[in-house]
Amino acid sequence: MTPALVVARLTVQEASRRRLLLALVIMTLLVVGFSAWGFNKITTVTGSDGSVLPAVQVTLITSQLLIVVTFVYSGVLALSAAVVAGPLISSEVESGLLLSMLARPMRRSEVVIGKWLGLAVLVAIYAAGSALLEIAAVDWATGYVPPHPIELILYVGCEGLALLSLGLLLSTRLSGITGGVIALVAWLMGWVGGVVGDIGVGLQNQAIENVGTISHLILPTDGLWRGAVYAMEPDAVLATLRAAGTIGRANPFSAVDPPPIEFLAWVVVWFAIMLALSIWSFRTREI
Amino acid sequence: MAELAQTTTAATPEGVAAGSPAIRTVELSKRFGKTVALAGLSMTVPRGEVFGFLGPNGAGKTTSVKLLLGLIAPSSGEGWLLGRPIGDLRTRRKIGYLPELFRYQGWLSAREVLTLHCELAPLPRSSWKDEITSALETVGLADRAGDRVGTFSKGMQQRLGLAVALLGEPELVFLDEPTSALDPVGRHDVREIIRGLASRGTAVFLNSHLLSEVEQVCDRVAVVDHGRVIASGTMDQLLSGTTVKVRATGLDREGKAKMAAFGQLDDEGDQLTFTNLKAERVPDLVAAIIALGGRIYEVAPRQQTLEDRFLQLIQDEEDK
Repeated sequence: MTPALVVARLTVQEASRRRLLLALVIMTLLVVGFSAWGFNKITTVTGSDGSVLPAVQVTLITSQLLIVVTFVYSGVLALSAAVVAGPLISSEVESGLLLSMLARPMRRSEVVIGKWLGLAVLVAIYAAGSALLEIAAVDWATGYVPPHPIELILYVGCEGLALLSLGLLLSTRLSGITGGVIALVAWLMGWVGGVVGDIGVGLQNQAIENVGTISHLILPTDGLWRGAVYAMEPDAVLATLRAAGTIGRANPFSAVDPPPIEFLAWVVVWFAIMLALSIWSFRTREI
Repeated sequence: MAELAQTTTAATPEGVAAGSPAIRTVELSKRFGKTVALAGLSMTVPRGEVFGFLGPNGAGKTTSVKLLLGLIAPSSGEGWLLGRPIGDLRTRRKIGYLPELFRYQGWLSAREVLTLHCELAPLPRSSWKDEITSALETVGLADRAGDRVGTFSKGMQQRLGLAVALLGEPELVFLDEPTSALDPVGRHDVREIIRGLASRGTAVFLNSHLLSEVEQVCDRVAVVDHGRVIASGTMDQLLSGTTVKVRATGLDREGKAKMAAFGQLDDEGDQLTFTNLKAERVPDLVAAIIALGGRIYEVAPRQQTLEDRFLQLIQDEEDK
């Protein structure tokens, strides 16, 4: 096994031994259980005449509620990624744990790549597992399945991965808590930047709209979130939003179009840049 | 400063030059901003030698070890380990290292930590079991092999670090303050381990400020202060003088000042220690003290210890 894979395995093993995975699984099961109960309540809501809501209305309410739940969930994923990635390298440098390992025939780039790979596996497993569980729970409770579940999982997973990559870069230089806080604030600022861009769309002001575009390029988490929203919008909602014109597009919880292919290509480049910067930063750090 | 040895090198299949010294450096320097951590370290450590690297806190000892291991980059100068430039990955297969700041994955067992290092070394998988068993037995942790490192005392963690450094029969081992967390029994064990390494031809670079320990196991030493080597040589070369301890009363400051003619004086009240004083001058010293009105209770000439010499060297540096 190459040193990078050994480090990746060690990262996954540590998360498992320190019961991080167990904690996440228990919390996810609790949240999914509660949300399933909540979604089920939608089907039992009755009107003034005592009849239950029609299926179309249940679907509409469920789809919009699922977007809100997913937003909170993506926030939890971002928070977890930032908290875990923030001290990933810095704490091991400060404690001296990496000293004896780096004296072995391994490159610092292998440490960075191994850490990233290990956490990427954890994020992917957690994102896929918990999202599938939530989708299954909503399906059971209301009979509604979002139109593009695989894309939804990919977008949310990539959002977590983006925060993880940023946290890893910061952890090559900054202490764990500083890196984690900066990554989290950056995620929030990215979301706010997207909202500002929405306002620009609503006002048809190109300069303000550009703020959203630039923030999506600097930190693509909000752009990926919009992809996840699009994957959850039923056709009926999309048609209504499109009919509403610019007002329909000016909303952080709605997306009329999927992210453009140019943006997705940029996301791939952005990940490569983050990883390259992390390697360069760690290689030039005195330990 | 240590003399440079002229050596011939012959590359082995593994790429590690067989005939070369274990360590060779030429004017190796390191600056952190405006602070000079190491100023022109030039030395040669032959293979199979136990080399003591001494110095007060902040003298540049750990910086030197990190430079030699390629963990930090030098500001200037060059260095070679086992005949190859410092930082060479192939050479690291032949090197063991116990850091001063020893810390291992607390959530792994001792055996798992050693397995991890066998994998990173990398050693042939077929040898892992024997290597780990042998290393654990050598450092006295065989009965705690399956316990999590997080439950270990500091001393046990240092023993584990030593076991990590011993894996794979290294040709060169760096031990940075290897007994800082150990009790007297542990210190004795470490001395035995160092002797064992030397007997099988492994060079040991021992970074320590526990001078009695260095004195007992090292073939040669270098004393470093403020980032410079201020003395180096074999124990015999360094400890050639005699130290005379005198217990006397009745000497005032002026009288003690006159005593300086007999050599460097360490004044601890009634206890006076003269370093580097030849034994034949002891009667003259006694006569001088009596002439100055002093009353002598004890005169004890003895061979200079490394501690005496170390303190003398550091004092000389401060006086410069």
